[in-house]
Amino acid sequence: MTYEVSNIAIIIFLFIVGMVLGLSFYFARKTKSASSYYAAGGKIHWAVNGVAFAGDYLSAASFLGISGMIAYSGYDGFLYSIGYLAGWVVALFLVAEPLKKLGKYTFTDALDSKFNSKSIKLAASISTLIVSVFYLIPQMVGAGDLVVPLLGLPHWMGVVIVGSIVIFIVATAGMTSTTYVQFIKGALLVVFSTVLTIYILKNGLKLTPTENYHKFAQLEAVVTQDTIVSAPNASYVVKNTKVVDKNVFVSVEKDQATGWYKLNVKDGKTTLDEMLYTSVGVDGVKLYNGAPKADKKFFQVGHLSKIVVDGKEVDKTGPVGPFEFIKSVENSEVVRFTKKAFKDGENSVVVWYQNPTSGKDIMKPGLLYKISNDVGASIWDKLNFVSLMLALFLGTSALPHILIRYYTVPSQRAARKSTIVAIALIGFFYILTLFMGIGAMINGVLDLESSNMSGPLLAKSFGIGIFSIISAIAFATVLGTVAGLIVASSGAIAHDFIDKYLEVKMTDDKKVKAGKISAIVVGLFAILLGILFKGMNVSFLVGLAFAVAASANLPAILFLLFWKKTTAQGISWSIFVGIVSSIGIILFSPTMYEKYGLIPKDAPIPLDNPGIISIPLAVITIIVVSLMTQKKETTA
Amino acid sequence: MLHENKQITGTDYAAQKKAKLGVLLFFVYTFIYIGFVAIGLTNPQWMGIEILGGQTLAIVYGFGLIFLAIIMGFIYNYLCTKLENKMNQES
Repeated sequence: MTYEVSNIAIIIFLFIVGMVLGLSFYFARKTKSASSYYAAGGKIHWAVNGVAFAGDYLSAASFLGISGMIAYSGYDGFLYSIGYLAGWVVALFLVAEPLKKLGKYTFTDALDSKFNSKSIKLAASISTLIVSVFYLIPQMVGAGDLVVPLLGLPHWMGVVIVGSIVIFIVATAGMTSTTYVQFIKGALLVVFSTVLTIYILKNGLKLTPTENYHKFAQLEAVVTQDTIVSAPNASYVVKNTKVVDKNVFVSVEKDQATGWYKLNVKDGKTTLDEMLYTSVGVDGVKLYNGAPKADKKFFQVGHLSKIVVDGKEVDKTGPVGPFEFIKSVENSEVVRFTKKAFKDGENSVVVWYQNPTSGKDIMKPGLLYKISNDVGASIWDKLNFVSLMLALFLGTSALPHILIRYYTVPSQRAARKSTIVAIALIGFFYILTLFMGIGAMINGVLDLESSNMSGPLLAKSFGIGIFSIISAIAFATVLGTVAGLIVASSGAIAHDFIDKYLEVKMTDDKKVKAGKISAIVVGLFAILLGILFKGMNVSFLVGLAFAVAASANLPAILFLLFWKKTTAQGISWSIFVGIVSSIGIILFSPTMYEKYGLIPKDAPIPLDNPGIISIPLAVITIIVVSLMTQKKETTA
Repeated sequence: MLHENKQITGTDYAAQKKAKLGVLLFFVYTFIYIGFVAIGLTNPQWMGIEILGGQTLAIVYGFGLIFLAIIMGFIYNYLCTKLENKMNQES
């Protein structure tokens, strides 16, 4: 999609990024010790830390990913909101205070506090690094997506800009500046998401989202044999037909232009309905609806086909309250756009066809995760759903960049209080995601090539001012989260691995320097991954990071805190088994097969989310290995 | 900026009771969360049934899980603070 670039948007964007950098400079001068670099000296106020928690947690996945997923799949996207928040219950009730008591700078410190074991140091530092990198990928992808409409730059440049700024922030300042960046950003994100939701409710529901919304063509068609389609008059010529998953797609030449249509039969009437499509020829040139990208023929979509209020069909509702909004969508019919890919000769074609969906189905689970027997859900479909909900629930309290925030506050009480501030803010924000996602779904703003941009593009439909502010905050969101992740990663390399595992003697100054060099290396790696994973939904990617974290770290943390028989070997083995099994399942999943260019159905493991297998495996490992190594521990 | 002076936290005599309370509240919430997943898995059509003020089970249960986490968080903090004040003062 090609976007108009606005000067106001650029100015607001530069202002916010400048503010973030200014803040970093300010705190950079204060960061002298390792304690200050990794844990902000343990002096942050609980309220500030709570908002910063929200800032850390409401990453690109929450704002860009969940809104986008709801915009495409309705309530199933909201499952992420529910699961992400529920995860905080585990953090608050089980992990926050004991972990604060055990650790110093990093999650590895806490795990290792009882044993002083080299294998734990190695396992935990590798795990921290892997989980952080998994979490970094979606942030970078989100950053790339954001700069396309905001600054008119290509995706890869967004990734490079974010990477460079963050490397600069982290390499100069560390955890104190990261905390205040997250504090400001977390607060701004919640405030402006509320403003955006008010816009959505004020706007209500309309059959025609905007004045210049595209009018989809519908042609009459005659089917002579199953898939042979011909025109009833000479206004167009059928060039080709393709059957993909029982859908009949027809290439039609009309007014000297060729386009793809979908054959539909409804109430005995046969029609050809216009689709959006891209095609890539052997020369590698990509056309959008048959024209180059710059021609802007690949329009934004998403509309209601029927609005019902009090049993009557209407054209629009006018301003509505939040519950009235939900009710009105449930009673109406929304046109979603479903993607299919196929080969047409030597051209690779991707089409998005109109898929009118009942509002009732939008507002309950089942569009993305097939869980109902009525739609032929298999046992693997159901396991995918359970696996996702399990990983989201258990993943939060195992994320290293979240865990390190417990060391920035002075006491256990402060750790608890800041967690509660975080839960309240994050919970409120997640309620808003449902309105932002559905708002994007029905207001003609969707860019079918990038679900991640649904929230900011919705803001754009309400005005360039709110769009630029929201986009700049989203960009700062990415900056802040990436900064936090890179601090956690650099802690894993410099503090856990080099200092503690390899026992390289370093002065305090050298420790900070080692952290900064590690930050630069991880940052460069993140830039590369962000470019490679372009086009994937960021919330889906974060779901995977949660699964890896929940498998590798959570059994280790919980058993250490609550099972006296836990041994150092048990913890180390559990972490390794959790990492290997979760990543192994992801690498052989249908989604990754699609990414490799293979057929998703051929994937040896039909699960997209590994939690249901890898978490129990890690738990069994810690129990079995701990029991097997009891004697050694007690005699040692 | 809102920096706090670093406090030295001595022995927390309430730690054990707080941990027990945390585990209890965790199980209560987990049970309710499992209920949501179980309905989605076994009777997804129930999610579309209107149950409160014209809103469906999916909306009420989903929003409910979010609000419940917030409410339980406040209750936990209130009880923990009370325990800390009482037990650490007594000792």
